[in-house]
Amino acid sequence: MHETCNDWQIYGLDAGMDDPRGDRVMDLSSINPILLLASLMVAATPILLAAIGELVVERAGVLNLGVEGMMITGAVCGFVVAVGTGSPWLGFGGAAVGGAILALLFGVLTQYLLSNQVATGLALTLFGLGLSALIGQGYIGIKAPSFPDWHIPLLGDIPVIGPIIFQHDPMVYVGLMIVGATWWFLNKTQSGLVLRAVGENHDAAHALGYKVIRIRLMAIMFGGACAGLGGAYLSLVRVPQWTEGMTAGAGWIALAIVVFAGWKPWRLLLGAYLFGGVTVLQLNLQAAGLAIPVEYLSMSPYLATIVVLVIMSAGRAPGSLGRIFHASR
Amino acid sequence: MITLEKRAGPSRAWALATPVLAVVLTMIVGGVLFAALGKNPLETIRTIFFDPLFSEFAFYYRPQLLIKGAPLVLIAIGLSFGFRAGVWNIGAEGQYIIGAICGAGVGLALYPMELRLIFPLMVIAGALGGWAWAMIPGVLRVKFGTNEILVSLMLVYVAEQLLASMALGAMRNPEGMGFPGSRNLAQYPSATSWINESVGMHWGVVTAFIAVIFAYVILARHMFGFQVRLTGQSPRAAGFAGVNPSRMILICLGISGALAGMAGLFEVAGPAGQISIDFNVGYGFTAIIVAFLGRLHPVGILLAGGLMALTYIGGEIAQSNLGLPGAAIQLLQGMLLFFLLAVDVLTNYRIRFGQGAHA
Amino acid sequence: MSLLSLQGLTKTYPGVTANDDVSFEIAHGEIHALLGENGAGKSTLVKTIYGLVKPDAGAMMLDGVIFAPPEPRAARASGVAMVFQHFSLFDALTVAENIALGMEKPPAISDVATKVRAVSDQYGLPLDPSRVVGDLSAGERQRVEIVRCLLQDPKLLIMDEPTSVLTPQEVSILFETLRKLASEGTAILYISHKLEEIRALCDRATVLRMGAVVGACDPQQTSARDMAELMVGSVLQVPEKPDKPAGPVALTIDDLTAAAPHQFGTALRGINLTVRRGEVLGIGGVAGNGQDELVASLSGEMTVSRNMIRLGADGIGDLAPNARRARGLCTAPEERNGHAAAPDMTLIENALLTGNVRKGLSQRGFLKWDRARDFAAEVIARFDVRTPGASNTARSLSGGNLQKFVIGREIMQDPDVLVVNQPTWGVDASAAAAIRQAILDLASNGAAVIVISQDLDELMEISDRFAALNEGRLSEPRQAQGLTIEEIGLMLGGSHDMEVAHVDA
Repeated sequence: MHETCNDWQIYGLDAGMDDPRGDRVMDLSSINPILLLASLMVAATPILLAAIGELVVERAGVLNLGVEGMMITGAVCGFVVAVGTGSPWLGFGGAAVGGAILALLFGVLTQYLLSNQVATGLALTLFGLGLSALIGQGYIGIKAPSFPDWHIPLLGDIPVIGPIIFQHDPMVYVGLMIVGATWWFLNKTQSGLVLRAVGENHDAAHALGYKVIRIRLMAIMFGGACAGLGGAYLSLVRVPQWTEGMTAGAGWIALAIVVFAGWKPWRLLLGAYLFGGVTVLQLNLQAAGLAIPVEYLSMSPYLATIVVLVIMSAGRAPGSLGRIFHASR
Repeated sequence: MITLEKRAGPSRAWALATPVLAVVLTMIVGGVLFAALGKNPLETIRTIFFDPLFSEFAFYYRPQLLIKGAPLVLIAIGLSFGFRAGVWNIGAEGQYIIGAICGAGVGLALYPMELRLIFPLMVIAGALGGWAWAMIPGVLRVKFGTNEILVSLMLVYVAEQLLASMALGAMRNPEGMGFPGSRNLAQYPSATSWINESVGMHWGVVTAFIAVIFAYVILARHMFGFQVRLTGQSPRAAGFAGVNPSRMILICLGISGALAGMAGLFEVAGPAGQISIDFNVGYGFTAIIVAFLGRLHPVGILLAGGLMALTYIGGEIAQSNLGLPGAAIQLLQGMLLFFLLAVDVLTNYRIRFGQGAHA
Repeated sequence: MSLLSLQGLTKTYPGVTANDDVSFEIAHGEIHALLGENGAGKSTLVKTIYGLVKPDAGAMMLDGVIFAPPEPRAARASGVAMVFQHFSLFDALTVAENIALGMEKPPAISDVATKVRAVSDQYGLPLDPSRVVGDLSAGERQRVEIVRCLLQDPKLLIMDEPTSVLTPQEVSILFETLRKLASEGTAILYISHKLEEIRALCDRATVLRMGAVVGACDPQQTSARDMAELMVGSVLQVPEKPDKPAGPVALTIDDLTAAAPHQFGTALRGINLTVRRGEVLGIGGVAGNGQDELVASLSGEMTVSRNMIRLGADGIGDLAPNARRARGLCTAPEERNGHAAAPDMTLIENALLTGNVRKGLSQRGFLKWDRARDFAAEVIARFDVRTPGASNTARSLSGGNLQKFVIGREIMQDPDVLVVNQPTWGVDASAAAAIRQAILDLASNGAAVIVISQDLDELMEISDRFAALNEGRLSEPRQAQGLTIEEIGLMLGGSHDMEVAHVDA
């Protein structure tokens, strides 16, 4: 669980940083608010993707703590495929597949072999970190194929709002679409209703004849695919490079955001943007020379997450969340 | 069709056999992995699991077993109480770091006094530091119902930042010629945790053994141990029996925090030597694997800690002698936990073939 | 031609034969009772019909065609609907969503809502489709289950112990609904062990004992006693209740008020009662009216103001469970596996669970396992708990035996006051009789006993005084002798808002 690359590289702000401790004049005017807000959406996207996948998994009643492992596996798989094929889109596809396969491992252990969900999720994270480090061995220092921003015609030209919302790379919009699609699926379709029922009371769902294990496995794999996409976003778009441990806790923060969201998709969007906002703000403040030691600013996203968890502890979790399901014949 | 049928009671035979089975499976699949990486599987397995103990250089490696194993065992013993009670302290790494910082802080503040009292004070400071860091998720859970997994984990990242800040700033060695890192505590006679460096014996090793004994006695013969087991298995029955859930959470987190903090202090005053940015190598997380591998039982944890230390050391040998990538060992350790969780099903369920056509 | 014909159905599980060559027939429009004790095999048989369980041998025919549903969906598609004893409902979802989940190809939720309103009105079971199920009473939740079945237009409706959650008035209304359905051609398979109900409602009855059919009869022509003997296989003993005057007041509950402990719980409102030494106070009520909360406040799992609960003259409302045990107040909660006992722990450990204080099973925190072993062995011997030994897990015991152990454990601690919640639910007749006798013996030795139960027959058998718990309020206790069913029904809260079914002539 070590970060061996720092936040600067992840968020692309490592140009021209010398000794952070040297005397610098604090220059807050160097912070551009439009860039700040735009980079907020970008910073939020990997967490958003991982979190919306985990939200679906938890609504189905399963607690998968392996999000960090699935994200980093997606990051390396996406990177390897993209570099190998030259296409970032194929890279994202590879990331989704990689994440889903790792998630399937978790699914088999918890649903068929009835293992403890907390322990298995942790094992998944440790395994994923090791696996990704191994796979990524030969890819350190290589640059990913470029993934240019879309400049949406008309909407992107609106002053102020345009650059903030309508000039991003496609994955930002994919992330938003997945959130919207998830909301529609959960609340407006029969299958979504069934998934919610399974998460509420798996015994009753089983008694009614629904295939609890199958539904949960599909949700788990969807969660893995989304986490993979989130990880690949870091390695293909944000940095864009591969480094060991580059997710640096993003998966854990995604888990916290699911709690913050009260397991509702639109609140999740809010949570991801809030988190993205804190991250980007503290980096900008560091770059502007704010007279607080760098380490304390770096802590702020994590402390903010704790505060958020405390405030949001009231929220009703799905009734069967984390409990083992075993249908007795 | 294969179905699972719950046993009337957990099978003792399988409870002992599953860790062994998991190790064997890991060796097999690990061997396949090594072959895929272009290394001779048998030679690699031998290097990792047997060379540290039995090769011609084993005299050098065996002390390493104590050094690497002690923190793992000490932390895992602390974690095992919480895990048994359903209290998931995932942030032991953070408590380890804070314990090290607090203990080292006491030692550095008293430098260059030579007093027998200094080391015990450092140990107490380390334990208190780790305890306090673990109380944060504890109190938040008890007062607000906040998930302790996420809070304790977030605090690991915070602790790492704090460590960096200390190493580069407040605790930086004034005679260190501008290099980051604190004064070397292992060379400061009143503060060092070494007893006999050549055999790898330091106070952490002693404490680890004491912790194993204490844990065994408490779990088997004391009301608190009974309550811990009860809380994890049947929270409602525990409430009925008079267990106060808040107290249980706080005590379990407190124990694991204190032990992790002590482990951090022993490490920084001995094998690591100084407060530096990366003195923590992930013992807090590996201890989780050790705890599960040892089936949360004190003796099991002792053996599992030894096994994990073996894989660390053997892994280092394999890295230098065979060119095995370091990440492969991390993968191997994760695989071990996976296999343990997978075969653990046999302890509580029987496999039945043939019956039933329903999913 | 009969609607459903069962031929030689057999099903075994490890260690027990649940169904042994069961055969009988149900005609169209017939209300057929399936009679038997707890553990006789009724649930397994009915799960087989509904497709949840596959029989080891035998066959079924529905309307002359082979019927072997691989899963409930297939059974529903063939026209078989079932209302379970333990509802398959989702507390956090609405009535309409719950019903949609039980349907094959449900239309949009708004259409479901309309249909629900129509059917529930037609059969006198009013339901608001937009309400969250977790907020409904037990009787209302059963209505959801029934309406869910009715929307499928079933040929056969199976009802598993439906009246355990209903007041006597609600039972009459349910029977009207069932009679209407039968008159329209729907057959009803009615599972119960309540003889008077079966005599009032059913056309035919098949009796199961130990997995096999031991008789069939026409309930209208057969006496309850004869049916009981068929069920049990022997003559039932009525417990002996010695006539002793009650002693001084042992326990006082004074305006006990507490908020609901969680979202779907029940608040306690101003409960007053006293129990004297040597007396059994029965508290009746349908599940979900505050029983768990009342027991929790008495056991100490839920604390209240000190003087709301008094043992003798001392207020104990704010004390923890073990402090209350030390003072002589013991409790036995409803859920034996998971609350009263830890299922994966041995009987020795479970004896330690509550016996520690009064039986001196530890010293300065260090456990005396040999004394715990002895205590467990005593309980097992005294209460005839069938188990290979005290080192077996609680989970390995049958329901009746575990219940004997759990209650025996409390009785053998010689409490001054004992509170028991549902002492004999899911327990076979002989164990139930033994438990009731043990309770009476405890009272006659000078303890004060509170028995909370949904089984009114049981309460009438053993109580000296009777009170009813309804929505967290306790009625004024009355002498049990001489109470009529109507009076009890009114004490239990009447029929809420049910109306008689709109029966077309």
